[in-house]
Amino acid sequence: MSTVSETTHNGAVAVGAPPAPAADDGLSPSQLAAKYGLSVSGARPGLAEYTRQLWGRRHFINEFAKARTAAQYTQARLGQLWQVMTPLLNAAVYYLIFGVLIGTRKGVDNFIAFLVTGIFIFTFTQSSVMSGVRAVAGNLGLIRALHFPRASMPIAFTLMQLQQLMMSMFVLIAIVLMTGEVPDASWLLLIPALLTQWVFNTGLAMIVARLGSKMTDLAQLMPFMLRTWMYTSGVMYSIENLTSKAPHFVRVLLDINPAAVYIDLARFALIDSVTSSQLPPHVWISALAWALLVGVGGYIYFWKAEEQYGRG
Amino acid sequence: MAVAEQQSLETPAQKADARVPTVIVDDVHIVYKVYGAGTGKGSATAALGRLLLRRGSPNVRRVHAVKGVTFTAYRGEAIGIIGSNGSGKSTLLRAIAGLLPPERGRVYTDGQPSLLGVNAALMNDLTGATNVILGGLAMGMSREEVRGRYQGIVDFSGINEKGDFISLPMRTYSSGMAARLRFSIAAAKNHDVLMIDEALATGDRAFQRRSEERIRELRKEAGTVFLVSHNNNSIRDTCDRVVWLEKGELLMDGPTDEVIKAYEKHTK
Repeated sequence: MSTVSETTHNGAVAVGAPPAPAADDGLSPSQLAAKYGLSVSGARPGLAEYTRQLWGRRHFINEFAKARTAAQYTQARLGQLWQVMTPLLNAAVYYLIFGVLIGTRKGVDNFIAFLVTGIFIFTFTQSSVMSGVRAVAGNLGLIRALHFPRASMPIAFTLMQLQQLMMSMFVLIAIVLMTGEVPDASWLLLIPALLTQWVFNTGLAMIVARLGSKMTDLAQLMPFMLRTWMYTSGVMYSIENLTSKAPHFVRVLLDINPAAVYIDLARFALIDSVTSSQLPPHVWISALAWALLVGVGGYIYFWKAEEQYGRG
Repeated sequence: MAVAEQQSLETPAQKADARVPTVIVDDVHIVYKVYGAGTGKGSATAALGRLLLRRGSPNVRRVHAVKGVTFTAYRGEAIGIIGSNGSGKSTLLRAIAGLLPPERGRVYTDGQPSLLGVNAALMNDLTGATNVILGGLAMGMSREEVRGRYQGIVDFSGINEKGDFISLPMRTYSSGMAARLRFSIAAAKNHDVLMIDEALATGDRAFQRRSEERIRELRKEAGTVFLVSHNNNSIRDTCDRVVWLEKGELLMDGPTDEVIKAYEKHTK
């Protein structure tokens, strides 16, 4: 093929020693690389460059999330209907246990709307974390085959959860309407609440994706941590009622919990009987602060190990 | 190992100037960690005991897949990589592509080397059409590019020759059809440094001929080509230089005929 290399290769069978052009004699590999402007393969790009590459892959991320969602239910006869059925069944089970059997409904107006909102909002964070843990570890084949900013994976998976949440929101709004709530302007507050939560979830998913890529046992451990988190987040009870006699710091700790913050905001938006006086102080600020802190922090944390993910 | 570039030959200097290195592999070691590979006791109590004694799990095995390989590839070269199964060929390609970080040593490249293959990005439950789009985007094409090449990819694969199969899920394809579609998607993109991992022998006769032609085209456009194959004839046809790996070590590096002759002697 190329005559150049054929001539230069004459007699070059010395084991492990390919020939080199005379002009580049005595250059070490790194000097040679520098001379011809070669760059280290698989090196981590700077944060700005990385973000630019990630933005360039936005259609891939979107298409991947869409494809994954579609593929999820192709083998089930009811297909995509499960996107609506799953949250409905979840709500029914929790209502049976906590609403009817245990009776945490005491002192909560419109408990059904209260409970279902809590479950759906928490499930959004929960499933983002669960899919985040496996986002890198579960897609090693893809990561070892193609080039793309690895953050695409956790982002795509949280995008899937966002899409699932949209389905859940239709169910939620139907349930809330059935329980006698009347739509008003405050319902629009749901949009900033969910958006900040999505940013928070994405950051969290990136953190656990990096952790999960090294510690493969994390996927087994995660359900327990998430369940503990759920029970402390006031999903099926009112933190306000429960902590009325507790020391102040317990209340503050429970209120600053990001899951509780986002649940409170969604309830405030949808349910009339949840008024702003029931919200913890500075709740919008903490929602935004959590989103920024975990969103940006998680992104940087994930990027720091970018070149390592292929190793598994 | 780092002496690779210090060997001088009687090559005239002006010719040497024309040789631009595109890939420099500098003393690369690659170590895999494999989980669940051990033969040790897998019981829960044994695992707990290890945890308490702070001993590493025998289930985690370190596989030293590539041991100190050094070579330089130049623009316009087609390099075949040969060796028996498990000799580290595919692993080395992944390291050159920057997909697998080396434990020690470095790989320098001009531009972004890419592996020919999108298998991992495709989803069997989705239609062929969705997979063409998904695969194209996964390889880094823009949406417009994918749209523009869509018909070309489908036509090349020949999936629709016997009816509208592209709108069926890929899991319903025969293995030959799926392989054809995968190759067609993968070969739709041009690369600076192209690496082909035994992707040639897929599909029926007619498709094989078409794909070999396409590979030749890709080779012309690409600066440097790496080809991993067990088929010595296809290496002879396409490569002018061969690197022979055995047990992760570089055994020989030189013109195709000489290395393949030695390799054939060794394997007999």
